[in-house]
Order: sequence, then structure tokens, then C-alpha cells
Amino acid sequence: MLEIHNLTHTYGTGPGAHEALGGVDLKVAEGELVCIVGPSGCGKSTLLRSIAGLLRPTGGEILFQGDPVERTPDNLAVVFQDYSRSLFPWMSVADNVALPLRRKGMDGRQRRQAALDALEQVDLAGAGGKYPWELSGGMQQRASIARAIAYRPTLMLMDEPFGSVDAQTREDLEDLVLRVRAKHGMTILLITHDIDESVYVGDRVIVLSKAPAKVVSDLRVQLPGPRDQITTREHPGFVQLRAEVGRLVRGRQGQAASTG
Amino acid sequence: MRVRSLFENRVLCGALGVAGLLCLLEAGGRTGVIDPLVFPLISGVVARAATFAIDPEFLADIAATLTAWAAGLLLATLIAVPAGLVLGTMPRVEAAVRPITEFLRPIPSIALVSLAALVFAERFNIKVSVAVYGSMWPILINTMYGLKDVDPVAKDTLRSFGFSPFDVLRRVSLPSTAPFIATGVRLASAIALILVISAELLAGGSSGIGTFVLEAGGSIDALEFIVAAALWAGVIGLLSNGLFVLLERRLFRWHRARTETT
Repeated sequence: MLEIHNLTHTYGTGPGAHEALGGVDLKVAEGELVCIVGPSGCGKSTLLRSIAGLLRPTGGEILFQGDPVERTPDNLAVVFQDYSRSLFPWMSVADNVALPLRRKGMDGRQRRQAALDALEQVDLAGAGGKYPWELSGGMQQRASIARAIAYRPTLMLMDEPFGSVDAQTREDLEDLVLRVRAKHGMTILLITHDIDESVYVGDRVIVLSKAPAKVVSDLRVQLPGPRDQITTREHPGFVQLRAEVGRLVRGRQGQAASTG
Repeated sequence: MRVRSLFENRVLCGALGVAGLLCLLEAGGRTGVIDPLVFPLISGVVARAATFAIDPEFLADIAATLTAWAAGLLLATLIAVPAGLVLGTMPRVEAAVRPITEFLRPIPSIALVSLAALVFAERFNIKVSVAVYGSMWPILINTMYGLKDVDPVAKDTLRSFGFSPFDVLRRVSLPSTAPFIATGVRLASAIALILVISAELLAGGSSGIGTFVLEAGGSIDALEFIVAAALWAGVIGLLSNGLFVLLERRLFRWHRARTETT
């Protein structure tokens, strides 16, 4: 459903130019949950912004459901890391969730109902009337996930969605994403710098090199389901895979250290 | 302990300050430190101002001033907010218009009263046009400043759901700029009041606080009349400012809540 061919992007021109993407190739099938990991500053967010049509890459091609991405595609939703900036503080949580549904041609009552349904799915049934800034960080990120679910996208992009919450909340939210995926069968592309998270959540883990980013490795995660925070993380397959991803992310240096 | 809590209440504290100043002025006048020919006895002024409150002529003057003030402020808002939105979202237009606005902005509005008097025959229009000119600047500038402050993540969020640039402006940029616009309108309201009264003083007319002061100039108690009228102008300014502050707190609770936590 998503095909990326030789995607490049350079910020600026001349000697100060920064080459963020150095030819990324990637294919994502319908219903997959793909995690993208890489060292910080490697261009993960540039990749995501290109797919979302928020940024026009300088080279290469992105096909979403067969069509080249030139503007923001329909049926796509993004969950940003910075939930407090992504939710609108002047609206109630329910109105925040309902707002994007205006694009779907739904009337006010339908939008409200869809918003309340989505909030219930993320265990925020009672919080619809509150303002985002009255909620805790984890609850705010649940609300922005609810906003994405209500929109019923075929592709959900998540940009380090759990980077700003505490460890316990992070685990809860990881399981929430797995539940949402199981229920709606949507395709999810999740960007993270957390290696454990990528292995725990993903069907596939794509490792990017440092900038200019290229795909270093494409690993299939074969762990028994359903995933569980305790048993999955102690599974030998998990332990081995996270070590492998860790080595790949750290690059040659890490590899040399582990073999020598 | 009691005294301290008295000073912690801002309204009470302010009232104490006003009372203190009044006492000082009265004492100065009574002891002869302040010449009553330069500044009238404050008790007389306050008493005179109190009689104004039931004087139908003076109340009509206040109504005339307030009408021109409200019309000026409304027009200034209707002009400056859309203009600010255009200039704030189109950097090239802003760059092209900037020399013009930078030239026009420092012109003292009072200097334009004579010009307005030539252009407009109606006294009301003179007052309003001068008030519009002087009070649109803080609204324009606050609107532009507010737009620069709009969170790019908020804009990206709506864009990522496929909303058009116009919808992003309407649904994200405008509401998040609204508190800045409101502050601009509050600042503008004080300027508009000053300008309406100034225009009344300079261009004359049949009604208004300024006209009242002009006409009082001929009476025996001129000084007391003028200071009492000025007192009322001050009270009106204070009340309108308080009203705007209250309205801002009500409407933009989210803005305060957010800026206080981050």
C-alpha cells in the first residue's frame, strides 16, 4: 500500500546544505505495523513528513495506494510526539477528536458520536468534555490517538509517539497501539528511537543509517502473539532481535566491539 | 497579619492608593501648598463630579463620546484584524507594505484632526475617523505578532488531515491568535477614548466630554468643571479596561492555563 523509491531530501543549498535522506527504499504491505528506528537526527521525521505530504522531498518517489504523494493523502492520520502542541487547547477533547471528521462530510451529530466512540476505545470515555491541558501527558496522547482512530485512516503515521511520557505510560500506550491495530486492521508506520519498543510493537523493524539516511536492514519480527509486556520481553527471540537491532543502530563501532 | 492580607488584595490595595492620593491633594489644597487657582480643592472636584452623574446634559455628552468611541473601536477592529491576517500570513505582501505602515504609524493622530475636519462635514465622522486611525495599529501589530506565535505542530496537525491552507488559517491560526488580538483591542480602546475626546476638544461640536470641557471654560468654576470632567473620562477608561480584562480572562482561560503550565 506504500512504496518508497530512492527517496532523497536535502535541506538548504550550497555548503550549509544538510542531506537528511540519502535514497530510502521501502515497501509496506496492507495491515502491517512497521517500526522505523535509527540514530537520533538521522532523518526519521523527514521521512515521515514526506509520506504525510507535509514536506516535498527533493528526490525520489512515494506511492500511497498506487498514487504518487503530492499533497497530504486522504485516509492518512499522523500522531505527533508533541501531544500538547498537537491538540488544540481552545477546544474540548471531544471537539479535538471530532474536528478532522469535517473532512469526511459528516454532520455534527455523527462527528460527536464518532469522537465519543473513539475516546471510549482509548479508555477516555469520561474525558470528552475536558480541555486537553486538564489531562495528564499520557491521557493527552491517548486523545490524539483517538483523533487518529476516529478519522479511520488506512495508514496511521506515528512520529515518536511515546517519546514524552513516563515508562509505565509508554508500555500502556504500546499495548493500546497493538489493540487498535488488531481492531481496525489499519497499516501503521511507527517511528521510534527506542529499540525495545520497535521489536515489541512491530511486525517489521526497519533500521536507518545516520544521515543521509538509508535503509540498513529490514528485519521481520517473529514472536508469538499476542504480545505481552512481561513474557514477550523475556522471550529469547526478543532478546536476540533487540541485540541485533541495537548493533545495527549503533553502526560499525558497536559491531566491532561485540565481535572483538 | 491582618494588615498584610489587606495589601495582598489588589483591588483593596489600589483603592487605598487612590484614597491616599485624594487625602494628600486635599491636605495640600487646605494648607495652601497647592494654589487653588492652579488646581482646585479635590473635595470640590469630587463633589462636582458626583453632581455630573445626575446631570442629563453631561450624561448625553458621555453617551456621545462613548458612541463615537465604540464605533471607532469596532471599525478599527474590522479593518486591522483582516489586514493583520493577510500581512501575517503573506510575508511578501508584508515586506511590500511595511515601509508604508512604518511611515504612517508614527504620525500623531491628533495632527490628523484638522485633516479629518476638512474631509468630513459631520463632527461624528471626524471623531470616529481619527479614533480608527490611531487605534488600529496595536490591533494590527498584535494580530501579526500572534500569527507568528502559532505553533507549527498545531498547523501541521490539521494539514496532515488534509485541511486546506485557508481552513488551517481559520481553524488553527485565528483561534490561537485570538488572545493576542483581544489584548490589541484592549490597548486600542484606551487610545480610541483619548482620540475621541481630543477630537472633541480640537474640532468642537455639539456634544461629547471634550465639548463639555470646552464650554465649561467660560464659567466661573471652570477649573473645577474641567478636572471633574477629566475625572469621569478617567473612570470610563478604567471601567472599559477592566471590562476587557475580565472578558479576556473568561474567553481565553485556555491561553492562561497553557502559558502558566509551560
